[in-house]
Amino acid sequence: MSLSIAVLAGGISLEREVSLRSGNRVTNALRDRGHRVAMMDLDGSLVESLDAGVPDVVFLAVHGAAGEDGTVQSMLEVLGLPYTGPDVLASSLAWNKPIGQGLYRRAGCRVPPSVTLSQQAFRELGAARTLARVADELGRDLVVKPATGGSSLGIAMVSDPAELPRAVLGAFSYADAVLIERRIEGTEIAVSVLDGEPLPAVEIAPRDGDYDFAARYTAGATTFHAPARLPDDVLEAASTAATTAYEAVGARHVSRADLIVDEDGTPWLLELDTCPGLTETSLLPLGAEAAGIGFDALCQRLVDLALNHERD
Amino acid sequence: MRLDTDPYIARYATRVRGMAASEIRALFAVAARPEIVSFAGGMPAVEALDHTVIEEVAARVIRDHGAVALQYGGGQGLLQLREALVEVMAAEGVPAHADELVVTVGGQQALELIAKCFLDRGDVVIAEGPTYVGGIGAMSSHEADVRHVPMDEHGMQVDLLPALLDQLAAAGKTVKYVYTVPNHQNPAGVSLSLERRRQLIALAEEHDLLIVEDNPYGLLDFEGRTLPSLKELDPARVLYVSTMSKTFAPGVRVGWLAAPAPVREKLVLLREAADLCPSNLSQLVVAEWLRVVDWEQQVKRFREVYRERAEAMLGALESGAPEGVTWTQPTGGFYVWVTLPAPLDSSELLAKALAHRVAYVPGTGFFADGSGRRQLRLCYSFPTPARIVVGVERLCDVLRDELDLSQAVLGTATGETP
Repeated sequence: MSLSIAVLAGGISLEREVSLRSGNRVTNALRDRGHRVAMMDLDGSLVESLDAGVPDVVFLAVHGAAGEDGTVQSMLEVLGLPYTGPDVLASSLAWNKPIGQGLYRRAGCRVPPSVTLSQQAFRELGAARTLARVADELGRDLVVKPATGGSSLGIAMVSDPAELPRAVLGAFSYADAVLIERRIEGTEIAVSVLDGEPLPAVEIAPRDGDYDFAARYTAGATTFHAPARLPDDVLEAASTAATTAYEAVGARHVSRADLIVDEDGTPWLLELDTCPGLTETSLLPLGAEAAGIGFDALCQRLVDLALNHERD
Repeated sequence: MRLDTDPYIARYATRVRGMAASEIRALFAVAARPEIVSFAGGMPAVEALDHTVIEEVAARVIRDHGAVALQYGGGQGLLQLREALVEVMAAEGVPAHADELVVTVGGQQALELIAKCFLDRGDVVIAEGPTYVGGIGAMSSHEADVRHVPMDEHGMQVDLLPALLDQLAAAGKTVKYVYTVPNHQNPAGVSLSLERRRQLIALAEEHDLLIVEDNPYGLLDFEGRTLPSLKELDPARVLYVSTMSKTFAPGVRVGWLAAPAPVREKLVLLREAADLCPSNLSQLVVAEWLRVVDWEQQVKRFREVYRERAEAMLGALESGAPEGVTWTQPTGGFYVWVTLPAPLDSSELLAKALAHRVAYVPGTGFFADGSGRRQLRLCYSFPTPARIVVGVERLCDVLRDELDLSQAVLGTATGETP
């Protein structure tokens, strides 16, 4: 059945280009399936465009705050349009990494110990004096990340407490709060969950250095193995963690969990992404491919889920 | 199963392997959004051109010269245009003959052809620090080792060159050329003084160096002043590059180089391998425009537009910039080069600036060695003066806020923790 689909992509953050790549790939896939697809940006004319076009379903391929934190989801609810991906609450919970982590821990997932500090804490409460204590508590090897935001932007690896303040300052360019986490060494994997079912874990092996922005979005810069080359019981535990997190925020349709499996085989859950990337180098499509679901089919599945849910 | 996002990776030539997605390039996708006052791209004020005249010129070219305009041409470019470009060069006192010129697709192609002609992997090019990002790109794509010489308000600090040359010689490195943008440089906004031009030429003689003189902005001095070109001072040693992008329009993609005959021949062969020939259509439009329009008057109009915009930016910086921020004072061209006080980092600040709806290019874009974190480039050529003032206010707010936040996070302005 040919549908009228609006693919939302773009936005106004440093992830705009990634979002447009996802959006373009999805648009082509859905057109190949015979649907009538219009790509729309997240800007002042969005509501007007949606009112004019009234699509059967909205496919979200947006990255960055307005697209992933519940803002656009809320608007689409008001407009009465079915859309792909988790709803307002699930999106806003997962978007805030510290809140998400709190929920995953409460649900029984292994999450690295962390501390969250806001800009306000520094500006008004003298939090700078606590940083040495944070390092004492969490250990020398730390990951400093913005409390919200993706694509590895603003993330710094710190192995000397003296570097911590600068790393915190850098993360504050991206978010009002910073998450300081104990660094887990091990194998990086991503487990996507599609309609409640985990897809094969994708093992991430950057050719050089860390899985940073360049490694994420340059074709060939990273090698992937799916399923991840880990023992079955470890893969099982990772899948369980991913689905537990998905359920903990009340997600639906799709999400991607990022984990690190340490040398003891314990999967540590880092975060849940409720609007995972769909570019040629993104992890959700790779996981789907490993499960025998081609990109076109994946997009169609998400569209079907959005419409089935609407029918419920 | 192993999944490769780039199944061709084992096949690529080594010169391509280093090329990667970068956050700075991601910037440009966002900077074009109308909500953002963008000081990022160096876009000329094409609205200051008389579009009616250009329309007539283009129509006449097709009507009267369609058979030539729509056909392949020679690799060196149409003689008619080369002769007209010699006149353009003469307006700045740069000596040339039409047969030394090769018409290129923008000045960028000229830089790339020169790099392709001279650079083997690991060869050194000496450039100003900072230097034009397109220059770095052209040279890096041919695996050059780009070394920077610092600048001040008089351009490249040429007296630091001998020490660098000695150091390179001791390391067994081959220096193929010195790349300079001597007039109203992109990004630093300063020009190489006459005294330093002479010094540079003398050094080039002494060390037998080739110089690549890249001159897109020589005619865009706000007062119309020009300095003797390096080419005028030493014709045999200087490869000259320029473009119609800023004196006419970038959309036609017409630039050129002037080189001694043996080099020119090699460059023509290389360009034929790249794109066969420049567009006859574009060339004829430019040649005809130069013939029928008082183009020097048009250049004066551009100067006025850019002067007004520069003044708006400099005035707004003067009244709004927090203490410790310094910047160059351009007397032409498109750019202001800003230096931030410690501990501010222009690459880290970019996301915050975008969130405040202002864009710039972080300084690291203009160095091959990772420096530039304390600097950023502001381009005033495109936004209106009113927008420029709004944008600078937003930027100053970001800088001020970041200084306060740095104080709160790092403890002191110099970064010591309490």
